[in-house]
Amino acid sequence: MTDAPAASPQPLLSVQALEGWYGESHVLHGMTFDVASGEVVSLLGRNGAGKTTTLRAIIGVLGKRRGSVTCAGVETIGMPARSIARLGVGYVPEERGIFAGLSVQENLTLPPKLRPGGMDLEQIYRLFPNLKERARSPGTKLSGGEQQMLAIARILRTGSKLILLDEPTEGLAPVIVERIAEVIQRLKADGYTIILVEQNLRFAQSIAGRFVVVEQGRVVDAISNESGCRLHQLHAYLGV
Amino acid sequence: MSTIFGIPSNALFSQLLVGLINGSFYAMLSLGLSIIFGLLNVINFAHGAMYMAGAFVAWILLNEAGIGYWWSLLLAPLVVGLFGAAFERLLLARLYKIDHLYSLLLTFGLALIIQGSFRQVYGSSGLPYAIPAALSGGQKLPFMFLPNYRAWVVVASLSVCVATWLLIEKTKLGAYLRAATENPALVEAFGVNVSLLRTMTYAFGVGLAGLAGVLAAPIYSVSPSMGADTVIVVFAIVVIGGMGSILGSIVTGFGLGLIEGMTKVFYPQAASTAVFVIMALVLIMKPAGLFGRAS
Amino acid sequence: MSDVVQSPASPSSLPDSRAKTPKAIRLYLGVLLGIAAALVALPFAVYPIFLMKVLCFALFALAFNLLLGFGGLLSFGHAAFFGGAAYVSAHAAKVWGLNPEAAIACGALASMGLGVIIGWLAIRRQGIYFAMITLALAQLVYFACLQAKFTGGEDGVQGVPRGHLFGLFNLADDRVLYAMVAAIFMAGLLAILRVIHSPFGQALKAIRENEARATSLGFRVERYKLAVFILSATLAGTAGATKAVVFQLASLTDVHWATSGAVILMTLVGGMGTLFGPIVGAFVVVGMESYLAPFGAWLTIVEGLIFVTCVILFPNGFVGALAKKTAR
Repeated sequence: MTDAPAASPQPLLSVQALEGWYGESHVLHGMTFDVASGEVVSLLGRNGAGKTTTLRAIIGVLGKRRGSVTCAGVETIGMPARSIARLGVGYVPEERGIFAGLSVQENLTLPPKLRPGGMDLEQIYRLFPNLKERARSPGTKLSGGEQQMLAIARILRTGSKLILLDEPTEGLAPVIVERIAEVIQRLKADGYTIILVEQNLRFAQSIAGRFVVVEQGRVVDAISNESGCRLHQLHAYLGV
Repeated sequence: MSTIFGIPSNALFSQLLVGLINGSFYAMLSLGLSIIFGLLNVINFAHGAMYMAGAFVAWILLNEAGIGYWWSLLLAPLVVGLFGAAFERLLLARLYKIDHLYSLLLTFGLALIIQGSFRQVYGSSGLPYAIPAALSGGQKLPFMFLPNYRAWVVVASLSVCVATWLLIEKTKLGAYLRAATENPALVEAFGVNVSLLRTMTYAFGVGLAGLAGVLAAPIYSVSPSMGADTVIVVFAIVVIGGMGSILGSIVTGFGLGLIEGMTKVFYPQAASTAVFVIMALVLIMKPAGLFGRAS
Repeated sequence: MSDVVQSPASPSSLPDSRAKTPKAIRLYLGVLLGIAAALVALPFAVYPIFLMKVLCFALFALAFNLLLGFGGLLSFGHAAFFGGAAYVSAHAAKVWGLNPEAAIACGALASMGLGVIIGWLAIRRQGIYFAMITLALAQLVYFACLQAKFTGGEDGVQGVPRGHLFGLFNLADDRVLYAMVAAIFMAGLLAILRVIHSPFGQALKAIRENEARATSLGFRVERYKLAVFILSATLAGTAGATKAVVFQLASLTDVHWATSGAVILMTLVGGMGTLFGPIVGAFVVVGMESYLAPFGAWLTIVEGLIFVTCVILFPNGFVGALAKKTAR
């Protein structure tokens, strides 16, 4: 029922039978999927299907998780979030997670450099000129779109090559969404691996190579962006 | 002799100085409480006991090891801070996931243990601690006599408060602290060791209390009960200021010390209750506190 | 959601009208009868003065626990009600020459009034803030008692006459005095049980479990909190007023924060949120205080150690009401 998975012999990220709890409620019931290096995979599904929880479970900020998550060959299920991040996993949370008590520049430089190969401030400011202009103002004084750019930009400094992106287009104007799509395309071209949680199917189709469909905390289907007619099924899954 | 509002001016100024001195300690203590509360969500009931312990460490260093005031300024906060770090790691850290009232009860228990232990060993009566030679004497100002040591306490406390504020607002470490206060999980997800940050913050906060204790030792006598009532006043100050801002707790600390001093001049009966009455008024008018953000 | 998921930590002795089986009711009545029997039998085994002290503190702890376990509010200033009422009843008996029952009623009423004021101020904030505010306001009461004329400052009010109950029974006889204290204790306990099982108690329970939902259902949460606060203050005052008559003394110790700490310790030891736990806790703590009294500061150290041990090792023993509030 699934299309051929990633061709690469060892996936960058492998999620096996992942279970996760949000407080008392059991949200993930055995998520299983792989992501190859350099791939852009979009998790799709209705509200409450467990997409955001999956990202939180991968980075390790979920209260309780079980199963297996291997990152670059390292089993992370017993690790605290900080150690998982140090394997080169960057997290761009839902609602962006910009700190109100920090200036734009402080927000940008907050995540420590974890591995070599991250962008320096100059490169980032070239990619996001708005941020340079507003460097001194408090992080949450930025517009929603700028905050989203900031949330992505601060991960690019760290050298993480796997980025978890949670609903980057939520509540943003179409022009901004286009701009974010450009940025992600650019990252894709640079070889970043991205797991994207999206509600906006058109946006996801414009950048993802593969879709993983999530229902009630399980993977129910995986569809390649090249598979033409099967893409229509996505609409059915999302109920649109 | 000149008078202001019918009060002899030198009496007025010396009470203001007393207020400023108390305010210095209030500010340092409420600053530490606020930082700890911000990141750990813990109201550190042991804060008064740590202040007392700081004074006692200075006294012990002097009387048992011959180590004087200036070294104590460095060593006593360090000892108190290390003790705090161990306490946080071993006990307090277990309680972050349950209701914050438990950590209040735990630190209350710790306060009783520390207080009881010092009382058991050193008795209840106060022990004298001499003013260091370099700071003895005073300045004869046109309107009052200013003892050097008291001037030093105000200056030292103010400098420590400003330095702490700079550390939190202007450094990378401070940025981690501010960010983790808002969203610890996310900071952890960026690869930062938030548990270590918590331990350091608790140690720093109680270290500040220990430092305040050393500064206080030559002014008040060193006794096991010196922190117990102070911590309740500082709680009220924290409620008045609100826990939202670092600067707020410094300003409120000094401000209420001064108000308390003024009350002593104009209505001495109310001096010990002034802070609590102000707290009640603030609760009626602005429940979140003067500098607090409504939660 | 929370009405489906029963917290495993919820103490089984919490009253739950839905789940109550005839067997549970029998057990419940059994416990009550057991307490009544113990009240009759214990004076033959235990020094009555000690027992009366335990009963006064047990009522105090029950009152505190009513606020914590059923109102979800941790007060760190309950000594204000206990000690404040002690002063008022001591003054009423000694200076006004009232009969003991009237003096105790005066004390309880004074605490009720104090409860209205402190409660009205303190319920503006929740959780830790509530604890700090009650502590600070109680400290205000402490300083007021230290400075007021009628409280006798450091000496307190001494030599309070026990008098004649209803003008008839001479309380100088320890047995009569004990009977009165036991009756007051039992009345207090029954009053608390009655409140918990009333519609008011059910509303409190709903608020404690999910404040937001209770608000949306139209409960005026603040009023309920204030009402339970006042009730708790009044009962704590009754306990303190009785203690003043029994020991013929009202002193600063009764209003000091250490007494607020002691009542928390009693509840903590007995099991927070359990119905009868505070009685056991009062027995343990008062007993410990009398045994350790000769050892000076060791009492404080041991109390501190018990706090730490209870919180670290048995948080589940008293999680009940508290954990649910934050589980969300």
